[in-house]
Amino acid sequence: MTTPATAKDAAAASVATQETPSRGFDAQKIREDFPILKQTVHGKPLVYLDNAATAQTPQTVIDAIDRFYLAQCANIHRGIHLLSERSTAEYEETRAKAQRFLGAAETWEIVFVRGTTEAINLVASSYGRKHVGAGDEILITAMEHHSNIVPWQLLCEEKGAVLRVAPINDAGELVLDEFEKLLNRRTRLVSVSHVSNALGTVNPVERMIEMAHGKGVPVMIDGAQAAPHRKVNVQELDCDFYAFSGHKLYGPTGIGILYGKAGLLEAMPPYQGGGDMILSVSFEKTTYNALPYKFEAGTPNIAGTIGLGAAIDYLSHLGLEQAAAYEHELLAYATKKVSQLPGLRIIGTAREKASVLSFVIDGVHPHDAGTILDQQGIAVRAGHHCAMPVMERFGIAATTRASFAFYNTTEEVDALVSGIEKVREVFS
Amino acid sequence: MSDLGELYQELIVDHSRRPRNFRKIAGADHQAEGYNPLCGDKVTIYLKLKDDVVQEIGFQGSGCAISTASASLMTERAKGKTPAEAEALFDVFHKLVTEGPTEELDTSQLGKLAVFSGVCEYPTRVKCAILAWHALRAALQGAAEVVSTE
Repeated sequence: MTTPATAKDAAAASVATQETPSRGFDAQKIREDFPILKQTVHGKPLVYLDNAATAQTPQTVIDAIDRFYLAQCANIHRGIHLLSERSTAEYEETRAKAQRFLGAAETWEIVFVRGTTEAINLVASSYGRKHVGAGDEILITAMEHHSNIVPWQLLCEEKGAVLRVAPINDAGELVLDEFEKLLNRRTRLVSVSHVSNALGTVNPVERMIEMAHGKGVPVMIDGAQAAPHRKVNVQELDCDFYAFSGHKLYGPTGIGILYGKAGLLEAMPPYQGGGDMILSVSFEKTTYNALPYKFEAGTPNIAGTIGLGAAIDYLSHLGLEQAAAYEHELLAYATKKVSQLPGLRIIGTAREKASVLSFVIDGVHPHDAGTILDQQGIAVRAGHHCAMPVMERFGIAATTRASFAFYNTTEEVDALVSGIEKVREVFS
Repeated sequence: MSDLGELYQELIVDHSRRPRNFRKIAGADHQAEGYNPLCGDKVTIYLKLKDDVVQEIGFQGSGCAISTASASLMTERAKGKTPAEAEALFDVFHKLVTEGPTEELDTSQLGKLAVFSGVCEYPTRVKCAILAWHALRAALQGAAEVVSTE
C-alpha cells in the first residue's frame, strides 16, 4: 500500500478524469427543495458545508412532520382509533422503507433508535454484555468517532475485556494487514466506521467483514457518514449490524436505524425495559415482545420516524448513486482547489474518500478559521470532530472540516477557497 | 453585521502570534491549568506573589488566537496587581466579553484588554477569551484541579 507523498499528490491522484461535476445532475435545481439554503448569514448567502455534522432537510420531510402534527398525531400500536391506526401504519411503513433502503432481508431486522450513537450503545449493552467476558477483545480502528469508542470502553471496563485498535497510515487509511493480525480467537466483535467523519476515508468494509467472518467474528458497521453518500446493501456486505442517523440523511434529528441480522437480534436480551417491548407483564414474569419491538421500549420518536421515511423517499427519488457520483466530483474539485492554497495541509488523503475535506492552515487555529469563514456565510466545523484519537494520530489539536452534500455547488467551493484566502489575510 | 476587524484586531493577532510572558515561571508559588473540553484549548498560568502582589506571571499552552492573545494581554495587565485587584479585573473583563462595552462598565482599568470588546458579538468565542482568566483566578485561589470552561 503506497502512501501519497503530499496532500497535493493525493489531490492530483483523486481528481478523476472530470473536473466539473456531472452534467446530468442539477444541484441548483435540487437546492430549491431545501428552503433553509435560501437564507443569508451575516449578510452573505449561506454556504452550508457542515453536512457531516447535520445535513439539511428538504421541504417534503418538513411537510411530513407538519402533516403528522396537524392531522394525525397519536400514539402507535395502542390506539383503537383512526389517528392511531394511521400513525402506526406510517411508522411501520418507514420501517419497510428503511429495510429496502439498506437491502435488509426482513422488516423486523430494522430497529428504530435515536441515532447511530444509541445503535452502537444498544449493541454494546445487549450483544456485548451477553457475549463478551474477561480477557475477550473488541476490535475497532484508529479512525473511529467517540461514539464507536466509548461504548466499547464501558463494556470492556465492566467485563474486564480488552479494546484493540487497528492502526491507520499517514493518509488516514486503515492498515488492513494489521487489522487482520489483530483478529484472533479472543475477538468477540469488530465495530468499524464505514466512512470516517474526521478524515472522509472509506473503509474497505467488504474485505474487513470477510476477514472477521473467516475467524467467526461478527461485524458492526457505523454507517453514519456512509449511508447518506453511497448505496448500502447489508446483505451484500454481509455485515451483522449496521447503523445510521436520520439527521445526516437529510431527515430529522433524534431518529436513526439499527439493522441487525434476525438471528443475532433474536438471541439478544432487551436493551431498555418499558411499554411496547413486552407481550405480558406480571410481577413474577415478563414475556418480551417479538422483533423489532423487543428493542423499542416506550413511545418512540413517531414524528421523526415519519420524517425519516420522507427523507428515504426523497433520496430514492433523487437517486443516491447519481448524487454520490456528483458529490465525488465535487469533493475532487474542492480537494484540487484547496490543496493549491499555500500553507494549507489536507488531513485525510485516502485514495477512497467521501464528502469530507479536513485541513489545517499554517499559523491559524481552526477555530479562528471557522469564525472568519462564518462571517463570510460559510458554515464549516472546526475542532476535533469527536475523534480526538484521530487528531492525536496526526499530531494536531483540531482541523477545519468542510463536508459536502449533493446540494452544494462548485461556486460554493470557490466561496470556501476565497474564504480561506481571507483567513490567511487576517493572520498575514 | 459585525466586521471581522472588531474581533481580529491587529493587537489580538499580534499577541496570538507572539505571545508575551509565554513561559513557565521557575519557582512559581501559584499555578493552575485551564481546559476547554469543547475545543481542546489548554492554558497553564504560573505566578509568584510577593508582598501580596503578582511579582511574576507567565503562561503556557495551546489554543486559538483569541485564547492565546487573551492570556498574553492578561499576564501583562495582572503583573503588579494584588489578588483582589486581579479578581476585580476578572469581573470587568468577564462583563466586557459577555455583555459588551456598556455605559455602566468602567473599562479604564482594563487598558489594552479593551481590545476584546468585540468578542461579545461572537457567543461561541466567549469561552476562548475567558479561559486564561479562569485559570488565573484558580491559581490565585490555590485550586489544585484543572478548571474547565464547562
